[in-house]
Amino acid sequence: AMDTDLSSQDRKDLDKFIKFFALKTVQVIVQARLGEKICTRSSSSPTGSDWFNLAIKDIPEVTHEAKKALAGQLPAVGRSMCVEISLKTSEGDSMELEIWCLEMNEKCDKEIKVSYTVYNRLSLLLKSLLAITRVTPAYRLSRKQGHEYVILYRIYFGEVQLSGLGEGFQTVRVGTVGTPVGTITLSCAYRINLAFMSTRQFERTPPIMGIIIDHFVDRPYPSSSPMHPCNYRAGEDNGAVYPSVEDSQEVCTTSFSTSPPSQCVFTVTKAHFQTPPPVVMDTLKVPVMGLAFSHQLSSSRLSYQPAALGVGSADMGYPLLFAGGLNAAHPHQLIGPGKDGGVPPIPSQPAHGTQADQERMCTPLDGVHYSAATPSSSEDTETVSNSSEGKCGSPHDLLETIFIRKVGAFVNKPINQVTMANLDIPFAMFAPKNVELEDNDPMVNPPDSPEIESPLQGSLHSEGSSGSSTGNTQDDFVMIDFKPAFSKDDILPMDLGTFYREFQNPPQLSSLSIDIGAQSMAEDLDSLPEKLAVHEKNVKEFDAFVETLQ
Amino acid sequence: PRRTHHRALPAASPAMNCRAEVLEVSVEGRQVEEAMLAVLHTVLLHRSTGKFHYKKEGTYSIGTVGTQDVDCDFIDFAYVRVSSEELDRALRKAVGEFKDALRNSGSDGMGQISLEFYQKKKSRWPFSDECIPWELWTIKVNVVNLANEQERQICREKVGEKLCEKIINIVEVMNRHEYLPKMPTQSEVDNVFDTSLKDVQPYLYKISYQITDSLGTSVTTTMRRLIKDTLAL
Repeated sequence: AMDTDLSSQDRKDLDKFIKFFALKTVQVIVQARLGEKICTRSSSSPTGSDWFNLAIKDIPEVTHEAKKALAGQLPAVGRSMCVEISLKTSEGDSMELEIWCLEMNEKCDKEIKVSYTVYNRLSLLLKSLLAITRVTPAYRLSRKQGHEYVILYRIYFGEVQLSGLGEGFQTVRVGTVGTPVGTITLSCAYRINLAFMSTRQFERTPPIMGIIIDHFVDRPYPSSSPMHPCNYRAGEDNGAVYPSVEDSQEVCTTSFSTSPPSQCVFTVTKAHFQTPPPVVMDTLKVPVMGLAFSHQLSSSRLSYQPAALGVGSADMGYPLLFAGGLNAAHPHQLIGPGKDGGVPPIPSQPAHGTQADQERMCTPLDGVHYSAATPSSSEDTETVSNSSEGKCGSPHDLLETIFIRKVGAFVNKPINQVTMANLDIPFAMFAPKNVELEDNDPMVNPPDSPEIESPLQGSLHSEGSSGSSTGNTQDDFVMIDFKPAFSKDDILPMDLGTFYREFQNPPQLSSLSIDIGAQSMAEDLDSLPEKLAVHEKNVKEFDAFVETLQ
Repeated sequence: PRRTHHRALPAASPAMNCRAEVLEVSVEGRQVEEAMLAVLHTVLLHRSTGKFHYKKEGTYSIGTVGTQDVDCDFIDFAYVRVSSEELDRALRKAVGEFKDALRNSGSDGMGQISLEFYQKKKSRWPFSDECIPWELWTIKVNVVNLANEQERQICREKVGEKLCEKIINIVEVMNRHEYLPKMPTQSEVDNVFDTSLKDVQPYLYKISYQITDSLGTSVTTTMRRLIKDTLAL
């Protein structure tokens, strides 16, 4: 390429622009897959060297990874920067979802002005990237991550490899910017056969027969893999300190902006989509980013240690978090981005959390905690998200997340009360402890309602009933003073509250009863091949039947 | 078969360099606002810069544009908008009026909302300044009525997918790097940009809308409002 036409200053500027464009591209992509809503503040005064006049936060680890992959090079023909986004399930299966490619081709635009037009077009391209990262299928998946799968990213430099995306992947072009040394193109290739699986597959649907075993294998996080989670980092770099601001020589020095880097402020907001209560992931200590702080994690097991960080300015960026290690032998470095590029290390907090946490967790045995994932406990811990919700401005709170191993999906009793501890079967707690006799069956003998709303009510109770509703041993939840809204109805002899109380505890389905259910289940499974054979034989009849329905 | 009559908006008469893009969506009534905001915000994200601060010798510095994610309540969709409450309020006001107009127009439920970017060209007295459009985005809306919850759920997803396509279309147009007004000097900046907002600086724009009447010949319930966000001269 003839770059004699390009002044050396322009060339230097262009290289810098491309380098920072690459770094910002990675930040936008990874941040869009963290599973959280992003929010940065506009700033009218050029506190500027926000590159490309956009408030895009730099997550230090991500910058570190990107620089590592680039190794001092810039995207060029045949040397593309790729950000691979993949999904990894709790069982360890992983699948590539997207490859974002920043490529350079040979088509040069000699006439274009580097410091002005190229810069502004790169800014426009980043805005397009912000928009496009929300419309590929992986976005919605990443918003729901945390429970059954996580989203990982990997940066590599060189040849683009799309083979992992499966057949029929689609490509969307984000945009191109011509420069005197070549044309920068940014695009995304994404797997499509996931699009139909997407949200439905990974939403929590209750199993019909409790067959689904939903426990996590105690699998250490593969620290040797180059993959990185979009919402937490592998443990091998624990304690490493990353510079949170670019080297001083790399401050953006275009004619548009002059001042030192500003800090963008992030807010942590609850994920909008309905997400199931969290049950996490891994026994390794892993640092968690404030940004990546999903609703799931925030609502289950946190210890809050609001601390005056004493870093200085009011709009200090969000704090980085390091998990209190389960095997923490040494305190962890906590880093808050400083205003002027320094990285003041903040004395860490003890690993095992505050008083509040002790109540919810049992003493660790072998470094493993069991936790009650009750809805009530989740309310307490939402205070941090609430305090920053809806605002761009993070409180000076330190958040520490402790990762613990899950014990069965819907177990909502502390570990010492779970009698079915060996069976990680969802809904185990709903299985009746003993087989019920008909006399105790509230459906047959509904308890008296304490509130008689209408004279006709008494006649609905069967003759044998005599107890009070609170004596019902089936009650895991006792309803007190249940006054349903709008429930008064003169037409029905019974009000809604009474109805609800009476029919609140229907008998267990026999198939859900563990003892009987497991047996019959085994029988059912054994007889399946025969049944299938029979059905196959009768296929024509079934088809004919279906025809009659249409 | 319905006859629809579209009256062209006078402000939208194409000038030499005005490119026009048309997007069409079919949505349920309660999705109108979010769908319109998603499209308008996406366009304005690309058509807004940071505030200019002019310095000596004709140079200027540009402020920083923040962005934020917005989740839709009635559509399975999320989009990015510029972090500016003033801008968001202005768009919501316009979209709200459009939605009300659609609702009040009767059962037809068809209309369109337009976002026009223009430049002001000063004229000598006694002529008033001209507004010369250079880009026009029109979103045609068709409001559907759904019978049951299942259809609504499907609609949530389908409209979400459609909006993803629209975003991709918008980005394609933006990427063409076609005509943009020259960066103005300090004296000209108000002819190109809306400088009234305190945190961001969109290109001068107007939003207008019209409702289509099903009866055809005359547009009985057309309402046309120009919502100016610049200082009225």
